[in-house]
Amino acid sequence: MTDLMWASLSDQAVAVAGVVYFLALLAHLVEWASLREPKEARVAAESSAGAAAGGSVALAERTGGTEERAERVAFFGRLGFLLTGIAVVVHGVALVSRGMAADPNRVPWGNMYEFTVSGTFMVVVMYLVLHRRFSLAWMAPFVVGFVVATLMVAVIWLHAAVSPLTDALNSPWLVIHVVSAVIATGAFTLGGIASIAYLVKLRRGEATSGPLTRVPSLATLDRLAYRIHAFAFPVWTFAVLITGPIWAHEAWSRYWNWDPKEVWAFITWVVYAAYLHARATAGWKGRNAALLAVAGLATLWFNFIGINYFSTSSMHSYAGVISSVASPLLG
Amino acid sequence: MSLDERRPEGHVDPVHGVAPVEETSADGGRARRPGELGPRELLRWTWRQVTSMRTALVLLLLLALAAVPGSVIPQSGVDALKVTQWKDQHPQLTPLYERLGLFSVYDSAWFSAIYLLLMISLVGCILPRTLVYLRALRGTPPAAPRNLTRLPDHTTYTTDEDVEVVLERARAVLRRRRYRLRPADAGAADGLAVSAERGYLREAGNLLFHVSVLVVLAGFAIGGLFGYQGGVIINQGATFANNLTSYDDFDPGSLFGPDDLDPFTFTVDDFSADWLRSGPGKGTARAFSSDLTYRDGVDGPEQSYDLRVNHPLTIGDTDVFLIGHGYSPRLTIRDGRGQVVSTDATPFLPQDQSFLSFGVVKPRNAQPAFGLEGLFYPAYVLADGNPVTVTGEDLNPTLSMTLWTGDLGYDDGSAQSVYILDKDGATQIEKADGTPYRVDLQPGQTQQLPDGLGSVTFDGVQPWVRVQISQTPGKGIALVGVVLALVGLLGSLFIRPRRVWVRVRRADGQGAGATMVEVAALDRSGGGDVTGVLEGIVADLRGQPAPSRRNADGDDGETSR
Repeated sequence: MTDLMWASLSDQAVAVAGVVYFLALLAHLVEWASLREPKEARVAAESSAGAAAGGSVALAERTGGTEERAERVAFFGRLGFLLTGIAVVVHGVALVSRGMAADPNRVPWGNMYEFTVSGTFMVVVMYLVLHRRFSLAWMAPFVVGFVVATLMVAVIWLHAAVSPLTDALNSPWLVIHVVSAVIATGAFTLGGIASIAYLVKLRRGEATSGPLTRVPSLATLDRLAYRIHAFAFPVWTFAVLITGPIWAHEAWSRYWNWDPKEVWAFITWVVYAAYLHARATAGWKGRNAALLAVAGLATLWFNFIGINYFSTSSMHSYAGVISSVASPLLG
Repeated sequence: MSLDERRPEGHVDPVHGVAPVEETSADGGRARRPGELGPRELLRWTWRQVTSMRTALVLLLLLALAAVPGSVIPQSGVDALKVTQWKDQHPQLTPLYERLGLFSVYDSAWFSAIYLLLMISLVGCILPRTLVYLRALRGTPPAAPRNLTRLPDHTTYTTDEDVEVVLERARAVLRRRRYRLRPADAGAADGLAVSAERGYLREAGNLLFHVSVLVVLAGFAIGGLFGYQGGVIINQGATFANNLTSYDDFDPGSLFGPDDLDPFTFTVDDFSADWLRSGPGKGTARAFSSDLTYRDGVDGPEQSYDLRVNHPLTIGDTDVFLIGHGYSPRLTIRDGRGQVVSTDATPFLPQDQSFLSFGVVKPRNAQPAFGLEGLFYPAYVLADGNPVTVTGEDLNPTLSMTLWTGDLGYDDGSAQSVYILDKDGATQIEKADGTPYRVDLQPGQTQQLPDGLGSVTFDGVQPWVRVQISQTPGKGIALVGVVLALVGLLGSLFIRPRRVWVRVRRADGQGAGATMVEVAALDRSGGGDVTGVLEGIVADLRGQPAPSRRNADGDDGETSR
């Protein structure tokens, strides 16, 4: 295959993955919508409780409906999971072919588009890996919805043609630095979703019916969020405060230069450090800790995509932004 | 969940931790209003406040918030040129921003204040915690609570084994799982119970992490105080000697002295880059490489090095980085007297990625004085009547400059930037129709200047490289610090401190099921799930295979063996 064919394969694979993710999202939405009790059923149930006569018939109807509903929920849940699995394979193909399209072949981490496609890929992979261990089925619509939205952003605004790596990126540290940063980003995203669910549930209270019953209890959510964050934080530390500075020293002559991307990575680190502290502090655990986790997630993704549009002086802006005059090598 | 479990280790809770106000103070019986504090108490109260967990949290968040402006407003330490441009565009905001130190946020007083307070808070947290930890290390696991079944995680079972047998097995099981046991004679109430504790290293990891943060900061500070950064543009073929006057820009730490410069010289023998002529990266270059010949010390042996991006040259304590390149047009300039006053190659600075470059030519000895200022196009093309360069590769090098005469400040002795023409006392030469007179040249061409000023010959183009030269002492310290911090972090996150108690009672009556065993487990870090641990221990006690349960330990990253 020629490089051009690889490149178009990659673009098509991203499109296909996007469509399949979208189908998975639909399946999960049907799954959640099926959890909602039809109003008539509820009314019937209530009236049956009041009226002695004919109550048993209504009750029978109701339980029949419940079974059918439970089946539908389970079916669409499985369907969504299966579709997500298919999509992530295609997603992986997109990444590999992206690397094959470059001459010379390289890792697919050369610009913002590729970082974003890799980041979303890692979110889904982490979700699938942790799915059973942490019973993440409830998270499906949020994860898939997030990935669909972010992939759209990547394709519409960030897409860039395949080009060779800039010299500054051409280093073994690219693999170590980016892989660890992307793993941490994927995990933080899952943890953030758990924290958002925690906050929603805290506001709405424990539900006895409807879609919210899918979401685990507050204590479970809190512990889940903590565990994922506790995994992601050391990885982030490794990516941002160890491999980042080592590489920056080799490529840019300063191990810490207060470059906007560095600043925001530092901010993210500090916010998540605060989250871990908050969980152990009276008056901060629970709601405030969850708020901090969400704030951390916001800074993380702002740093990932947003900062490039606020600051053009960043040496990390690979989105084809003009580099500073003093260092035209670093494109 | 229980007693001491959720108390953040060592941090003083401000609600409960305020220094108790003594009823009578040392100076006698002077009546004091409730809540009034003496100076010492006030000091102690302040110390408690600063070192409290809540303050540490607020300071952390403040630090994050304070770092934001530096990512949006150009920073003089990062890009001085951008700062100048920004100041030109915002004349009204500039004085205010300057007073707030917003152009160098990370050196400003308020930013320093936040992290210094954070460090004080950190020290105030580390010191008492270390003492507490050292005491705990020597201590023994606490005696079993009177009522084990009140703990959230407990199990009870009966057996017909002897009390002593069960106790002995409990000790063996817990010891095998690397628990520390309370000696049997450590308390009478403990006679029929086993107390065990493990996970002491968690707090060690915690302390290591916090101490390492200080180490990183120390390394960072050493680099900032004793190091320097300098940049210089060197023409191909030119030699650089490492002394202060050689640098274009030099940014020393406040404790850096010129004597600290390593004596070395290097010559830029060659510079090459691969220009892409097709594909999406067309017009950009890759694989920059510059051949250097360098000499460590005044009379060291001559060595050569291929300087590339990501491959800095290290000479002694100094690192040399390749960070930029550009073009230097070589001009032969004759003045009005017909003498050759300059044959230099003058570096022109790229304005954007197309390598359209701006530069100034100052023939200082020319009589009468004149100067040139203008643009260099590496690959000149006239597109729709506009001069542009189609790529950064020097395929069709072209110069287009304007001409200035009069007082150009060559002789007034003040330091002048080589990239700016001082035009305050100068006049621009114009054509008859009033438009600026231009010197447009391609290699090999010569242009006679009007008014008998002389002539300019464009001999050719050669590359220049921009190198960054820096000494960063303390970088090793910072690296060791951050690695230790990571190790400590892993310990503090994944080592689970746990207590397990086993109490054995002789129930009334004899025979089967006469011995009652209570087992309870407690996770002291909060958030840990100990049901799996408990199940495993009980299974071992009863001599059964452990229940197969995924994630039996209830935790990540730890095995209970």
